Amino acid sequence: MMTPQTEAELAEMVGAAQGPLHVFGGGTRPIGRPVTGEALSLSALSGIVEYEPGALTLVARAGTPVAEIEAALAAEGQRLAFEPMDHRTLLGTEGAPTMGGVVAANVSGPRRVAVGAARDFLLGVRFVDGTGRVLKNGGRVMKNVTGYDLVKLMAGSYGTLGVLSEVSLKVLPQPEAVVTLTLHGVDAAGALEAMTRAITSPYEVSGAAYLPGDTPRVFLRIEGFAGSVAYRAAQLKTLLADLGQITQTDTPEESADQWRALRDVELLAGCANVWRVSMTPSALVDRLLPALGDALGPYQLDWAGGLCWLGADAGAGAADMHTRLQALVADPAINAGGGGHATLIKGDAGLRAQVPVFQPEPAPLAALTRGLREKFDPRGILNPGLMG
Amino acid sequence: MEMPAPNQAILGLKDRLVARLQTVLPADAVIHDQAETRAYECDALTAYKCPPLCAVLPSSTQEVSDVLRICHEMGVPVVPRGAGTSLAGGALPTADSVILGVARMTEVLETNYDDRFVRVQTGRTNLSVTGAVEADGFFYAPDPSSQLACAIAGNIAMNSGGAHCLKYGVTTNNLLGVTMVMMDGTVVELGGAHMDAGGLDLLGLICGSEGQLGVVTEATLRILPKPEGARPVLMGYDSNEVAGQVVSDIIKAGVLPVAIEFMDRPCIRATEAFAKAGYPDCEALLIVEVEGSDAEIDEQLGLITQIARRHNPVELRESTSAEESARIWLGRKSAFGAMGQINDYMCLDGTIPVSQLPFVLRRIGEMSKEYGLDVGNVFHAGDGNMHPLILFDANKPGDLEKCEAFGADILRLCVEVGGCLTGEHGVGIEKRDLMVDQFAPDDLDIQMAVKDVFDPQWLLNPAKVFPLDASAKRRAA
Repeated sequence: MMTPQTEAELAEMVGAAQGPLHVFGGGTRPIGRPVTGEALSLSALSGIVEYEPGALTLVARAGTPVAEIEAALAAEGQRLAFEPMDHRTLLGTEGAPTMGGVVAANVSGPRRVAVGAARDFLLGVRFVDGTGRVLKNGGRVMKNVTGYDLVKLMAGSYGTLGVLSEVSLKVLPQPEAVVTLTLHGVDAAGALEAMTRAITSPYEVSGAAYLPGDTPRVFLRIEGFAGSVAYRAAQLKTLLADLGQITQTDTPEESADQWRALRDVELLAGCANVWRVSMTPSALVDRLLPALGDALGPYQLDWAGGLCWLGADAGAGAADMHTRLQALVADPAINAGGGGHATLIKGDAGLRAQVPVFQPEPAPLAALTRGLREKFDPRGILNPGLMG
Repeated sequence: MEMPAPNQAILGLKDRLVARLQTVLPADAVIHDQAETRAYECDALTAYKCPPLCAVLPSSTQEVSDVLRICHEMGVPVVPRGAGTSLAGGALPTADSVILGVARMTEVLETNYDDRFVRVQTGRTNLSVTGAVEADGFFYAPDPSSQLACAIAGNIAMNSGGAHCLKYGVTTNNLLGVTMVMMDGTVVELGGAHMDAGGLDLLGLICGSEGQLGVVTEATLRILPKPEGARPVLMGYDSNEVAGQVVSDIIKAGVLPVAIEFMDRPCIRATEAFAKAGYPDCEALLIVEVEGSDAEIDEQLGLITQIARRHNPVELRESTSAEESARIWLGRKSAFGAMGQINDYMCLDGTIPVSQLPFVLRRIGEMSKEYGLDVGNVFHAGDGNMHPLILFDANKPGDLEKCEAFGADILRLCVEVGGCLTGEHGVGIEKRDLMVDQFAPDDLDIQMAVKDVFDPQWLLNPAKVFPLDASAKRRAA
């Protein structure tokens, strides 16, 4: 296994590579088609390079553990507002999730619906392309339109366009107070109604999720200054009073635990296969879920209904379920506006090798994607095939 | 600023080109008369002018596709144009190019409040997107100061920001999907109304690509519920250092204002003479705006004024009414106009790390003396996006060149302290030749390689963004 200690060493290793490389950070997110190649770990390229709390910016090497960054931020009363999910519980993996990994997989959490995704907080990148060139794009300032935005392109490219060596992030202050409201006993349609009312109100919720089952619940998170949180919680309770019984958390810890469990999709940790579907809330809840019929197993809604995590047990036609989900997303009768995607997040290597893990793109987009890969990685050695 | 010499062979194709374009567009949508094409000779960077070969004003994605297919077949360069408000020369034509204007494409195609998006044709102005949804309590967040006139097409091309992006982000953070026509006429859909890309984030790549990768004809935009209210506080300080410290302290205290605007003394004096907003005569002035219900605003403004007082302001004025708010904003909103009253001016757009603010302002002051040109600074302090306004006399020979050299020095300074050449206006032709100060040759090469993928013949807005010598081979190929 190669573990470069410096960016220059990384560039040298990639440039000298004779065959495919399996690039990873902490190795906690085995997502995508399995990659055969020499292992290249970024774990030694670690450390916070620069942190300016007054400017809300932080620069870190790609292999820096997320926990180290979160601790440094917490010491200044700040945080990663996009709330990156920790995949270890869901995927049953070990190791330390890295910041580069979060960026490479564009990993966000429940707060994404209110503040944006990892890609929206990524200000700059340094990376090594498939020929061993060290490249940079973006910077460490919050507004930057100088040249093409390769920063967004790198976020969510799973190490297939370049190997990240350094990332620059926008961070935000931690709120003074947090409260979670729980609406009890609603079905999916009722949950969508509640989440839509909340997210389209001026009362700024920073999380809107739903767990179905025997004790179905909608969770709404409110963060900010204490007075404001109390005011908005009261307004939201009035707004949703006709939909069911509403309870409220007593302590910030209680709220933090609830959202950690939702963020990490703990509900589905026991499932052998897990999919992640992003569509408009109405297409997802009003049409896709009903269309699944009996095939609908345990699931969780997040992002006010714009994201659904679906679980299934091993064996029982996982490949068929996968094909069906991606077909439903692409079906104009389900998803009139187009767009959207279903991605297999958890599945054994056999299944991940067999199906297109990521939603297949229409031909003209697939051609653009292919063209970009040929420019960034002309030899096709960076996590080849991972994204299909 | 140099532009490539027009291709004589293409100039000779004009009649044939116009005839072909007239087969796919209504007669009044193909503008080829020399007197009429002058209307498209420049954008808001008026120092540079060149009438195009012709201009077309399609009304639909299909018409845009037809136009691009014809130009592609004939090898004619195309310069996309939104409302022509670019300060960077993003829509400046060359004599051998076709201007493709989206001004006739202004429809709202779909409004969906439950899923919180609106889909529009991209010729629609920024402000009229909000106009279409505000009666129902929603708004579109990015608010460039030209929002009354500027088109969504141009906003996407330049990834436009605005005063309120500290809280709401810039265009790319509020753009969900686009319909885009490739140079060969192929129509593609990127993104949609959902969140995040399923594969590579091509939508994120398109936003801010200055019309060089495709022509965006329709856009799906995130709309947000309007806050209950907003109110600013105005504070004046006797030094830029102290004002910079106040900005940093406010941010560190955990308040996230929707806007933090900063004006320096030359700018305060000019606006005061022009707009009479009642600003104090001081070194630095801050306007900080927060949102929410009345009680929430009081809570946040209480915290902000507490921080402000610790730094001994020469003036501290908290708005308690809509009238007072309007008065506080009056000077800031008329700042550019006020500077324009005094002289011709060039508006810069660099971004710096907030901590470098006092140093950069001091250096700009020193350079102002060296160049013998006055400069006023007005900027979005929360995110470090500066807008130095350099005053010059366009009628005085050599003054424009001197002003451009001064501006280039300021932008190089921004890069030196860890910032960038442009925060929200874009590169266009204005900052094209400075790109080498921010990027190494390889950094530029990989960006140009992206254009190779989308537009292999380099026909779309070819003479922008990249230094001409860096892109010469690709443009010639």
